Amino acid sequence: MIATVIPFVTGLFCIAVLLNLYRLAVGPDIVDRILALDTLMINSIALIVLADIQMSLGILFEAALLIALMGFVATVAMTKYLLRGDVIE
Amino acid sequence: MSESEMPLFLELIITLFLIAGAIIALIGSIGLARLEDVYMRLHGPTKASTLGVGCVLIASLLYFSFLKGGLSVQEALITLFLFVTAPVSAHMMAKAALHRKLKCCDQTRTGPPNE
Repeated sequence: MIATVIPFVTGLFCIAVLLNLYRLAVGPDIVDRILALDTLMINSIALIVLADIQMSLGILFEAALLIALMGFVATVAMTKYLLRGDVIE
Repeated sequence: MSESEMPLFLELIITLFLIAGAIIALIGSIGLARLEDVYMRLHGPTKASTLGVGCVLIASLLYFSFLKGGLSVQEALITLFLFVTAPVSAHMMAKAALHRKLKCCDQTRTGPPNE
């Protein structure tokens, strides 16, 4: 049952990624683009975890953890740059 | 233990979590694509997408906990990390949007402070 439902779930997440890419391309301001990148990171975590379940590996969670960490740090750095004009003062 | 020995109710719960997570995350991304101004768009991804990915991670936790015969902590770690960092980044982005004095849509009653 899980093996049959995973392609469907992956398709839904791929549609979500396409919508994020649309906002990344269109976004009228840079804050929209940062938000789109942040959401892209979150959705890619879900895609990695789904690939992990599909292949029954159980080793890809490290990549997911790394992407979660990098996404948060990147978002904070970009917003900090917008707020202060500098990342580390 | 292999996947074929998985009890039916566990398989049902995992499937339910996967589908619910995918639909919730898709709703969040539709909100990101369709809402009108930045302040509205912040709501979709930071709440709905985080909850959806959290559901998928819980499904993965259940699956690998059964498959490897023991609690798999890594997925719980990612879930915890996501749920802690999502409000922080949302707050930072809202502050950046206010700092740049972005326009909100006309129907918003109290707009950003304009001094």
